[in-house]
Amino acid sequence: MLFILILIPLLASGVALLMPSDRSRPWLLPPVAMAHLVVALIAIDRHSKARLGGWLWLDPPGRLVLLLLSVLFVICAVYTTGYLRYREDRSNRVFVACLLFFLAAGTLVAMAQHLGLMWIAMEFATLSMAPLIYFNRTARSIEATWKYLMIGSVGIAVALLGSFFMAYSAMGSGPPSLLFSDLMARATTLNATWVRMAFVLLLVGYGTKMGLAPMHTWKPDAYGEAPGVVGALLAGGLTSCAFLALLRINHVCCAAGQQQFTSHLMIFMGLLSMAVAAIFTLGQKDIKRMLAYSSVEQMGILMLGAGIGGIELFGALLHMLNNGITKGVLFLSAGNIHRSYQSKSTDEVRGAMRRLPLSGTIFMIGFLAITGSPPFGPFVSEFTILTGGLQDHWYWISALFLLLMLVVFIGMGRTVLTVVQGRPLPGRPASAYRDRLLTGLPLVVSLGLVLMMGTHIPAPLAAMVHRAAVFLEVHP
Amino acid sequence: MTGTINSLLVVVLLVNLFMLGASRMRGLIHAAAAQGVILSFMPLLLAARLDWIAVVVASVTIGLKGLIIPRILHKALRDAKIKREVEPMIGFLPTMLLGALGTVLSLVLAAHLPVVGHPVSNLVIPVSLSTILTGFLLLTTRVKAITQVIGYLILENGIYIFGMLLLAAVPFLVELGILLDLFVGIFVVSIIIHHINQTFSSMDTRQLTALRE
Repeated sequence: MLFILILIPLLASGVALLMPSDRSRPWLLPPVAMAHLVVALIAIDRHSKARLGGWLWLDPPGRLVLLLLSVLFVICAVYTTGYLRYREDRSNRVFVACLLFFLAAGTLVAMAQHLGLMWIAMEFATLSMAPLIYFNRTARSIEATWKYLMIGSVGIAVALLGSFFMAYSAMGSGPPSLLFSDLMARATTLNATWVRMAFVLLLVGYGTKMGLAPMHTWKPDAYGEAPGVVGALLAGGLTSCAFLALLRINHVCCAAGQQQFTSHLMIFMGLLSMAVAAIFTLGQKDIKRMLAYSSVEQMGILMLGAGIGGIELFGALLHMLNNGITKGVLFLSAGNIHRSYQSKSTDEVRGAMRRLPLSGTIFMIGFLAITGSPPFGPFVSEFTILTGGLQDHWYWISALFLLLMLVVFIGMGRTVLTVVQGRPLPGRPASAYRDRLLTGLPLVVSLGLVLMMGTHIPAPLAAMVHRAAVFLEVHP
Repeated sequence: MTGTINSLLVVVLLVNLFMLGASRMRGLIHAAAAQGVILSFMPLLLAARLDWIAVVVASVTIGLKGLIIPRILHKALRDAKIKREVEPMIGFLPTMLLGALGTVLSLVLAAHLPVVGHPVSNLVIPVSLSTILTGFLLLTTRVKAITQVIGYLILENGIYIFGMLLLAAVPFLVELGILLDLFVGIFVVSIIIHHINQTFSSMDTRQLTALRE
C-alpha cells in the first residue's frame, strides 16, 4: 500500500514527460491526484504496517500530513488544468512532471521513519519545486529561484549535519542509528551535548524549509514570483512536510530529556517569526509577498504550539491542516487576481470584487479565515492554542501571541481591502481573464473545507489529530 | 590505518586553505574535485573488509565528485564566456586567514566536545567542522554564482567527513540518495546559472537585487 502511494505520482510524472501534447497533458493531473487521495485514505484507514524494516511507516502525525498533502494536491490539480489553458504560450511538460514528482517526494516525507531517507525526500521535494518557481522565465523569477535554491540547499545541508550529529549521539550505547524507532528506544542513552547540537542544526535546517525567521528570506521572493498554484503547494505542502520533520525530531529530543531546551528554542523561533511577519505585512503592497509573510506568521504559530506541547500541540496539528487548506484558498484566488490585472501591487489592483466577483470575494473571505476570524477553521485551532496557553499559565506569551496576530490582521487587512474594494483603476489594460469553472471551483471547494473545519470537524479527523498529539507527547 | 586516515585528513585541510586563496576558477574546480575524490576513498580504508557495496558506492562518489560535477561546472564556465577569475568580496589573504582561524577554532571546539563511542581518528570532527566553515566562507564571500556552487560542494564534503563516524548508520542506499540529490541539485543550479548569465550578461550575484522590501 505504502509503495503504491509513492509509485502512483512517480510513474505519472514519467508519463507526463513522455506525453507529446501540451493540451492534453494537464488532464493527467486530476485523475492521478484523485487516485492518490483514495489510496491515501485507504492506507490511513487500515493503519498500514511498517515496510522496509521499519523505514517506511505512516505514524499518526505522518497520516495527517499525507491527508493534507493529498487533499491540497487534488484542489491544485483541478486548478492547474484551468491555469495552464491560459499559459499555452509555453510547454508545460516540466511543469506537470515536477508537480507530480513533488507529490511523490512529499508522500515519502510523510512516511519516512529514517532521518536520512526523510532528508533525501525533503531535498527532492525542494528541488522539484525550483523549475516551477522559474516557470515565468523573467529576470525576477530567476532571482527568486536562485535565492530559493541557494538558501534552501544550505539549509538542508545543515539539516543533514544535524541528522548525523543525532546518529552520533547514539554511539555510546551501540552502533549509530538514524531510525526514529531506534533513537526512541535508546533515547535515555543519547549523549545530551550532541543531541542539543543536533536539535539546533535540525531546527535551523528544516526551519529554513518551513520559512521560520530569520531564515525566511527566500519565501517572499519565491511565493511572489511563482504561479499561484505553486505558492499554494509550497505554503501548504512543503512547509507542512518540514514541520512534520521537526515534530519527529523534537519527539526524540524530548524523550532524551531535552524537553525544556527544545521547547524554549521553539517558542522563541515561533514568536520571532510572528514578529518579523507582523512588521513586514504592515504596508506591504504586493499581495503575493503579503501572503508569504502571512505564511511566515502561520509557521511561527505552529512552532509556538508545538514548543509548548500538551493541548497546544493538538491545536498546532489542527492548525497545520487549517493553514494548508486556507493557504490554498488564498494563493489560488490571488493567482486569479494577478492574472486578471497583470499586476499584484496595490498600486494597480483595485476593485477585484467588481471585476472578479468570485475570486475577489473568496480572497477577502480567505483573509478573514487565515487571520483567525470565526467561523473558519484557523479560528478554532488558534483559539485552542490561545486557551491552552492561558490554562498553562503562559500569560506573557499568550498576550504577545494575541498582539502579533492583531498587527498581522491590521497589516493584511489594509492591503486586502485596497485590492478588493472600490473600482478598477481607469486606463489599465484589462485582460480577458474571467472566473471560469476550472479556476473557480477549486476555490469554492477549499473554502468549503475551511468552513467545515471551523463549524464541524468530522469525528474521524478529530480522532486522527488527537491520536497524533498523543503519539508525540512524551511522559518523562 | 589511523595514520593514513590522519594524513588524508590533513591533506583535506590544506586543500581547504588552497581553495580560499585560489584566484583562478579552474584551479578552484580542480581542487574541489580532488578533495571529493580523496574523501571517497576513506570509507574503503575504514571498512573492516572490502565488500562490493562499499566499492560501488566509492566508485559512484568518485565518478560524480571527480568527473561529472567538475565537468558540469567547467561547461557552465565555458558557456558563460566570462573572466576566469574568482571575484572575492573580501580579499584572498583575509579569507585565508579567516579559514586558518576557523580551523584552529574547530580544533579547540572539537577538543571540548564529549567523545562518544570509539572514533577512528580524533581529527575527523575538527576537519569536518573546518571544511564546513570553508564552504560557508566561499559561499558568502565570492560573488560569482558558480563559486557559490563550489562553496556548497565543499560544505557537503565537510558533512561527508562527519559521516565517516557513522558508516554503520548510513546504509549505501541513503548514501547514494544523498549523492543523487547533490547531483540533481548541481544540475538544476547550473541550468539556472545559464539563465542568469543570459538574462544579466554576467554571473555576478550582486545583480540579483530586484526583489526586496
